[in-house]
Amino acid sequence: MISQLTVFLANEKGRLAAACRTLADADINLAALFIADTADFGIVRIFCDRPNRAAAVLAEAGFRASITPVIAVSVADEPGALARLLGFCHEASMNVEYGYCFSVAGGTAVDVLKIEGEGAEEALAAAGFKILAPEEVYVVDED
Amino acid sequence: MYFQPEIETMPRAELQALQLERLRESLRNAYENVPLYRERFDAAGVTPDDLESLEDLTRFPFVVKQDMRDNYPFGMFARENADVARIHASSGTTGQATVVGHTAADLENWGDCFARGIAMVGGSRESTIQVSYGYGLFTGGLGAHAGGEAMGCTVIPTSSGNTKRQVQMLKDCKTDILCCTPSYALLIADTAIEMGYDPATEFQISGGIFGAEPCSENMRQEIADKLGLQYCDVYGLSEIMGPGVAMECAERGGLHIAEDQFYCEIIDPDTLEVLPDGEVGELVITTLTRECSPMIRYRTRDVTSISAEPCACGRTHRKIGRILGRTDDMLIIRGVNVFPSQIEQVITEFPEVATQYQIVLTSRGPLDHVELQVETEPDFPIDEVRALEDLRGRLGAALKGNLQVAVDIKFVEPKTIARSEGKAKRVIDLRGETH
Repeated sequence: MISQLTVFLANEKGRLAAACRTLADADINLAALFIADTADFGIVRIFCDRPNRAAAVLAEAGFRASITPVIAVSVADEPGALARLLGFCHEASMNVEYGYCFSVAGGTAVDVLKIEGEGAEEALAAAGFKILAPEEVYVVDED
Repeated sequence: MYFQPEIETMPRAELQALQLERLRESLRNAYENVPLYRERFDAAGVTPDDLESLEDLTRFPFVVKQDMRDNYPFGMFARENADVARIHASSGTTGQATVVGHTAADLENWGDCFARGIAMVGGSRESTIQVSYGYGLFTGGLGAHAGGEAMGCTVIPTSSGNTKRQVQMLKDCKTDILCCTPSYALLIADTAIEMGYDPATEFQISGGIFGAEPCSENMRQEIADKLGLQYCDVYGLSEIMGPGVAMECAERGGLHIAEDQFYCEIIDPDTLEVLPDGEVGELVITTLTRECSPMIRYRTRDVTSISAEPCACGRTHRKIGRILGRTDDMLIIRGVNVFPSQIEQVITEFPEVATQYQIVLTSRGPLDHVELQVETEPDFPIDEVRALEDLRGRLGAALKGNLQVAVDIKFVEPKTIARSEGKAKRVIDLRGETH
């Protein structure tokens, strides 16, 4: 499992900018950012280095931020890679709550999945999917 | 167990006859000794002799807190200084303080009223009572103290503050009954637990008389569970006397008014018409025996109802329900009366939600729109939109069921809602501005 930074923001002008400014001032580098938005609020999911420190910095600045464990799978950066992964999840009756993907250097991509329940990571690894460890995707902080 | 059984269980007809006799006397005292009453009665074309039944009281004018401020300090006293034994005053946080005088007889009656509540929680002259209300101009401390002395209890006048010492006294002096505000009772309980005690099982305490501030049902239950005691809600106000105007018996169905001392009415705060028993409105109190500061039809601004249902405890005095709020706080939303305290009550039933909240009222066309802004507790799984939507649905349904008004829930970021040490601004009414 890797740590994803999750931030609850009011769906109002300037809130995302304020959160990103707080992270920037703490010298946190973001690899990916996705927003699930509703009329009132947005849930911002961030892939960054030193996620624990990022969450602490945000909380200190008055944001509601937390760490969410998610699964990161390294796949080939080619058509069909995500479809194969999700096909396996479906066959194995895994319920994917949400997911997002981003390409990285070297012809690979990272598919990030939040899967309901326990044991998904082990099942994926057993089926030959390459599960990424925290240190492979971001700078791990001590706390 | 009763303190004054002959009064507390007096047959209704006899009690009403006593009330009528005392009411006439009280009107006379006010009319003859306080210029304000004489002017008001004369203007209304009534004299104390016009009172032939309790219902005739409706012909007499009301008094309000402002009248006391306008006559500060002694303008509404019906006794000369030589006969005044003590003075109490309200805090005056919202303006000029109000001063109330007590003769020796007034103080004695006060002690008796409060002592009835001590009996309601099982107290007797064998009991030790710890008074952790503040002593001073505020009526809580000395009022409870007088009750303890009237009963013949051992009184420990700790006053408020120094909470660890409060716990030590509770434990070492084997206190049976604690008197203080509900929030202070909870702090004492939590402090005892922090100090490593389980007051519910390790302390002798078995009763608590708590009042002078609002308390939700959940908080009340928490206090009773943590301290292991019977909770007695006490109502009172310094303008009328202090704590002891009404007190809650073990049946928990409301607070018995000391009807031999006070005559209570419920009025519609807009039309000023008297409402029948059971209906919710503003509590109006007339003192029946107070010598120095007689109050005739004093509008308390407290909202409640009166129940005339016979009580299983055997007391015949009617009961008031829990104070729902102040007439100043009452919101009229789509024609429905709503108190912020009702909303607070619902919120406290949801541990996922922080207790800070704000109500924003706006107009959408001809209809009122209610938005409730709340924060989730820090450990709520904010990553799950579904969990937030589910919480929104459950909270909305509970509010609709409780208030009969649809409420839009808006989750806001931490600290969006201002924290306040004193009275928080809970309601923002923009209805006039959004037409």
